[in-house]
Amino acid sequence: MADLSIDFAGIRSPNPFWLASAPPTNSGAQIHRAFEYGWGGAVWKTIGAPVLNISNRYGSLSIGGQRMLAINNVELISDRPLDVNLREIAEIKRLWPDRAVIVSAMVDADPQAWKDIVMMIEDTGADGIELNYGCPQGMSERGMGAAVGQVPEMCQLNTHWVTSVTRLPVIVKLTPNITHIVDPAHAALAGGAHALSLINTINSVTQVDLDTLLITPSIGGRGTHGGYAGPAVKPIALNMLTELMTDDGVLRSGVPISGMGGIATWRDAAEFLLLGASSLQVCTAAMQHGYRIIEDLTDGLSNWMDDHGFQTIADVTGRSLPQMSTFGGLDLSHQSVARIDQDKCIGCDLCYAACNDTAHQCIDLVSPGGVTVDPGYDMRTNGRQVADTRPRPVVRESDCVGCALCANVCPVDGCITMVTVPSGRESVTWDELTAQRPEIAQSWAAMQAYREEVGIEIH
Amino acid sequence: MQSAPSSPAHPIPPQELLPPMTAHEAAVEANRCLYCYDAPCLQACPTHIDIPTFIRKIGTGNLRGSARTILESNFLGGTCARVCPVQELCEGACVLGADHTPIQIGRLQRHAVDHVQERGIQLFTPAPATGHRVAVVGSGPAGISASAELARAGHEVTLYEKRELGGGLSTYGIIVLREPVEVALREVQAARDLGVNVVTGHELSDRAGLDELLAANDAVVLALGLGAVPAIGIPGEEHILGGLEVIEASKMDRPTGVGARAVIIGAGNTAIDAATIAGRSGADTLMVYRRTEHEMTAYRHEYEFALHEGIRFSFLTQPVEVLHGNGQVTGLRCVRMRLGAPDASGRARPEPVPGSEFVIPCDTVISAIGQEKPALAAAMGLDLDSGYIRVDDGLHTSLPRVYAAGDCVRVRGNASTVMAVQDGKIAAASIERALGRTPRVTLIPTPPAEVRDHPLYLAAHGPVPNGVASTAGAAHAPATEAHHG
Repeated sequence: MADLSIDFAGIRSPNPFWLASAPPTNSGAQIHRAFEYGWGGAVWKTIGAPVLNISNRYGSLSIGGQRMLAINNVELISDRPLDVNLREIAEIKRLWPDRAVIVSAMVDADPQAWKDIVMMIEDTGADGIELNYGCPQGMSERGMGAAVGQVPEMCQLNTHWVTSVTRLPVIVKLTPNITHIVDPAHAALAGGAHALSLINTINSVTQVDLDTLLITPSIGGRGTHGGYAGPAVKPIALNMLTELMTDDGVLRSGVPISGMGGIATWRDAAEFLLLGASSLQVCTAAMQHGYRIIEDLTDGLSNWMDDHGFQTIADVTGRSLPQMSTFGGLDLSHQSVARIDQDKCIGCDLCYAACNDTAHQCIDLVSPGGVTVDPGYDMRTNGRQVADTRPRPVVRESDCVGCALCANVCPVDGCITMVTVPSGRESVTWDELTAQRPEIAQSWAAMQAYREEVGIEIH
Repeated sequence: MQSAPSSPAHPIPPQELLPPMTAHEAAVEANRCLYCYDAPCLQACPTHIDIPTFIRKIGTGNLRGSARTILESNFLGGTCARVCPVQELCEGACVLGADHTPIQIGRLQRHAVDHVQERGIQLFTPAPATGHRVAVVGSGPAGISASAELARAGHEVTLYEKRELGGGLSTYGIIVLREPVEVALREVQAARDLGVNVVTGHELSDRAGLDELLAANDAVVLALGLGAVPAIGIPGEEHILGGLEVIEASKMDRPTGVGARAVIIGAGNTAIDAATIAGRSGADTLMVYRRTEHEMTAYRHEYEFALHEGIRFSFLTQPVEVLHGNGQVTGLRCVRMRLGAPDASGRARPEPVPGSEFVIPCDTVISAIGQEKPALAAAMGLDLDSGYIRVDDGLHTSLPRVYAAGDCVRVRGNASTVMAVQDGKIAAASIERALGRTPRVTLIPTPPAEVRDHPLYLAAHGPVPNGVASTAGAAHAPATEAHHG
């Protein structure tokens, strides 16, 4: 059985799953319960500057009856009295010595303010500090949260104020509301950060109620942007994770990254690990289903690791990163085509519609008699047996560009697969090609000449 | 009709067998639909409702639009949602049926149509008056469908109904478990709302009556339905109740005449409906059929429903005499049958087993062995086909300006509401064409001539053959002869 325990910048936990700094980690009683369920750690809901919260605080994205594909929140950092939080942090750490207890903090951009809060956190016996440079609303207008995370100089300075006064590991949590995620990461490293975590929430307005025309959530008739999180943000988080994990500066520093942003199942968790995360934080899924989801998160991850022969989390971390490339490094001669498994095909013809309307018109409808037919229905026939003589989608492979839209649209797992076929051309990347023949990128005539030379026909 | 059953006079509970879907249930089910392209359900529906589109509209919360999509193709969408044998049609063709559960198309359709009809929302506006007049005889599904189609086109339509209430079998002949009276009456009202003049209590009974209608109208649609349950021809016949009469009594809140032990003769869908009424009124109910389970004409799901209702079956059993005394049925004498060589219909011909007579004690005998052919058709001088009104593909009869639709033209196959609705559309389209107009229901859209030769049109659709696309439909035709449906 796989060993799920981690040592993340000196912070140990029995499994890589920490509850992210958010409403699920608002109080000692909650975290106590979460630890009873088996969570490996918790990042305490951000403490620091005094705040007042509003009501109501959440909006969410539902699609096709699926609830909470993402959540938007306008809640601020902890509004509980500071001394209560500190006392409970200490109690939790004493009760659960094997779990990771990390405290998220956010104060004014002032060295003394940081020193004060850091000293208080150290006194609790907590395992580490996470600097919240991501809160996108409420705090950022006061010069905290994203206002720090979005300005690399501020990020470096604030981080330095903390790392220069504490013996605890310091994790800097990055905001995704920035053009180039590597810049604040470098700044945090320059400020002495021991680890990075990402992503914090994304600026969002989730919904306008079509009956009332009110922005959701509506706070006394007014709306504001909030922070967006949950399954729908995962691809954005994975991209930012790979941006960091393929950056020389970040790699040289050797700091670990705690990944978060849409982790709902062990599958998501494994993807974050494969792309370089070495601890994982979860929030929205717990907010939707409760702490109990930890059981499948650990069980599923462990079973998957066993299936692949991975013994430790470190074995998994970064395993898929070597594939990451820029566009210019991709093989232009790689050719794949869609193949439809007619035994699995249920005849929904969604691939036909997608290919014919919005891709490359290379799927035909073929009647049981082998004749290519047009879509449409015959007014003279009806009854359930029409399904038996329905035309089937068949890929015209010579015209397939291998875009894979059909494979993505198909509702049946494993029905449409993308099969690699020989292109008959030598392997070459765009970078290599344009280094040898720069005119190809400049002139359509040169491009056409090259295509004819190697046998690329686009119609 | 609204009260709970308390005696055999009120045998049917007021609820439909299937409850209406809640908004949430409908949304979840709608979102399960794959939104197939060129969907098999659409092809399987005799009225070719654009099912994926109406379901998607339910999923997006556009219920009015959903109902419009349904009613555009099937004006009796509320009835069909309830009485269609969906297992044999749309749901039977659903791509999710093979290794999953088909989408509940019927219940979703009911959800959307009920939404507008319970609220009296008007979805259609008749075209400007054409000055043409059409008479439709019979206000069952075929008659209402034709009337609505013609009224939408702007014609002045009079719909004649011999009964007190409109709706035909939907009103009188389908048990409340499947379709309450008010659902059928809402559809009659919907036709009225389009300007159809519904005249009840008016019976067309002879050729002179037809000639009067022809004199006053540009065309006449006969949607006469079928006749009464035919006689079996056995002693004591006069003590047999007709299955349709039992159903009608139950719907009209009149005593059904069902006692404590009922025997139903026949094994079609109406027989099962009659047996259901008897069973639910507390009678010990037995169905007798001269052939076997395999030859019975009831749909499989209806048969299973009957078994679930606790109705018993006696196959290979032929009634020979109704026993009675003092005006009261005491039993049904039957003879055992065995299957012989196939008859003209291809089904094994049942033969009596000599000396096998026996008596089933009972106080009620109900016959539901089909309906008489439309006797009026011959009286009006119409050509017949096996007793039904002879029509061409456009439902034109042998008489000029006279069209026929519904069960009265159903030479073969199962007479069903949805087929009748489609007939109404076809008859209306034929009348439109006869009046020199373009029917709303164009079976195959024809590309406008001016764009047909443009290179981009050809790239988009492939070459179009010479001439106009056939209205009979040529979809799934070879792509080299592309028609787009």
